[in-house]
Amino acid sequence: MTTPALSARGLTKTYDNGVQALKDVSLDVGEGDFFALLGPNGAGKSTLIGIISSLVNLGQGEVSVFGKDLRSQRAAVKSMIGLVPQEFNFNQFEKPFDIVVNQAGFYGVPRKIAQERAEKYLHALTLWDKRAVMSRTLSGGMKRRLMIARAMINEPKLLILDEPTAGVDIEIRRSMWTYLRELNRNGTTVILTTHYLEEAESLCRNVAIIDHGTIIKRSSTKALLSTLDRETFVLDLAAAASELPQLPGYPLQQIDDTTIEVELPRGTELNQLFAALGDHGIKVVSMRNKANRLEELFVRLTSKEEAA
Amino acid sequence: MSANWTAFTTIVRREVVRILRIWGQTLVPPAITMTLYFVIFGSLIGSRIGEMGGYRYMEFIVPGLVMMSVITNAYANVVSSFFGSKFGRYVEELMVAPASSAVVLAGYVTGGVLRGLAVGAIVTAVALFFADLPIKHPLLTLLVLVLTAIVFALAGFINAIYARKFDDVTIVPTFILTPLTYLGGVFYSVSLLPDFWQKVSMANPILYMVNAFRYGILGVSDVSVSLALGMIALFAVVLGVIAWQLLERGVGLRS
Repeated sequence: MTTPALSARGLTKTYDNGVQALKDVSLDVGEGDFFALLGPNGAGKSTLIGIISSLVNLGQGEVSVFGKDLRSQRAAVKSMIGLVPQEFNFNQFEKPFDIVVNQAGFYGVPRKIAQERAEKYLHALTLWDKRAVMSRTLSGGMKRRLMIARAMINEPKLLILDEPTAGVDIEIRRSMWTYLRELNRNGTTVILTTHYLEEAESLCRNVAIIDHGTIIKRSSTKALLSTLDRETFVLDLAAAASELPQLPGYPLQQIDDTTIEVELPRGTELNQLFAALGDHGIKVVSMRNKANRLEELFVRLTSKEEAA
Repeated sequence: MSANWTAFTTIVRREVVRILRIWGQTLVPPAITMTLYFVIFGSLIGSRIGEMGGYRYMEFIVPGLVMMSVITNAYANVVSSFFGSKFGRYVEELMVAPASSAVVLAGYVTGGVLRGLAVGAIVTAVALFFADLPIKHPLLTLLVLVLTAIVFALAGFINAIYARKFDDVTIVPTFILTPLTYLGGVFYSVSLLPDFWQKVSMANPILYMVNAFRYGILGVSDVSVSLALGMIALFAVVLGVIAWQLLERGVGLRS
């Protein structure tokens, strides 16, 4: 059995103000995994990430990264991790190139190598042209990419990203996804927290859902999605439908003139639906699965916890 | 080259770049303030005071004023830079990195010492327009200057660790540092004071620093120079251990 990239055992964290952020959390993330940590605000995601990356004091429990213990081998653990935090945490009066090179220096990377790596990662994240501007002048998306470049400067085996695409437009988000996929393909283990469940569904092989400081679900993304007993289809119509027919067993919902949605139990035959729509003169030109499946599951799981 | 040495030089380089980037706030104001001191206290008022400690009043106050600028700037550099990094959250860049607490502390303190020495050199250069400085004991002068700068850079670091808002950064300089400096024999010889106040003055650490420095330049001191050196070194060690411990425990940084 290979050593997990991350192993947390019995993590319990209570802040000085009495808030218990984590309650006996145990979690393993395998080497090479692309792992999502999901949960509502205040669930304990950032505390867990903070502990792993030494920004938050370890309370009770044990953490090891690639077999190195966080308490007794902290420097070794730190040298294997790259962190992209949720909030911008670089000096806004420094230049991107200096920020990245300095970060390498803090990790003990000699300056010449640091400068070469800075060029490589600023190019990879399409920030090279902005290397010499004051970083406060960068756009939100550029600032996020700068933090990814900075996190890569020590070439970490484990990259942790806390809401990396928050507030980033779709085009940049997708280019960041492409970059993260490539990193993962090249062997970097990636742990990601996100509010965009579509992001986790698209990128991550394994998922843990955390709520009120407890892991309430840990599974592969595929297995988790397969537990869904309903799915929603989005149908694009050839022409505007003025009125939707009432079809028993097929609750149609109009989204706009040429788009309708239908939520069905998994395994429902769709041929009858298309036939019935055709009978009413409604022609379907394309169909897709609504991409918020994980979101539905997430809401269901966390609200179940709420009720319990 | 070890990883810790690389981290240390990176922090120092960043501090020096910061000092030079905001030179209008870091290097110029002390030169202007001290020029005013030299003109008003040294030249205009000093000419009526006559001699002190066997030297013209202007010459007597120069070492104290140089020391005052070194103290203020070593302190100000570290407190504002480290608190700024906490406020802007970029202290996290260091917290996630494997650099040890001792390296982080040494880096910031060296930055403070370098600014203290740079300002000290500027003020000394300005002083040369007004007075002759014999510099009787050059090595001692430099040693006292560096040790004093280390002490106040460490004090600034501890202040920054506890500071939660910008107001907290100014409390210590305003209520402790400035009174101690002015009462530390910068402008007068403590022998002018009544016995009781002479004894009280002996509890002021800055008195030892100013006098040891004055001895290095002019060869006169109100206190024993070896005692003064010992006191300054002791302060440096004690503050160094406290600052390192606070950083190691993550006080003011990690919850």
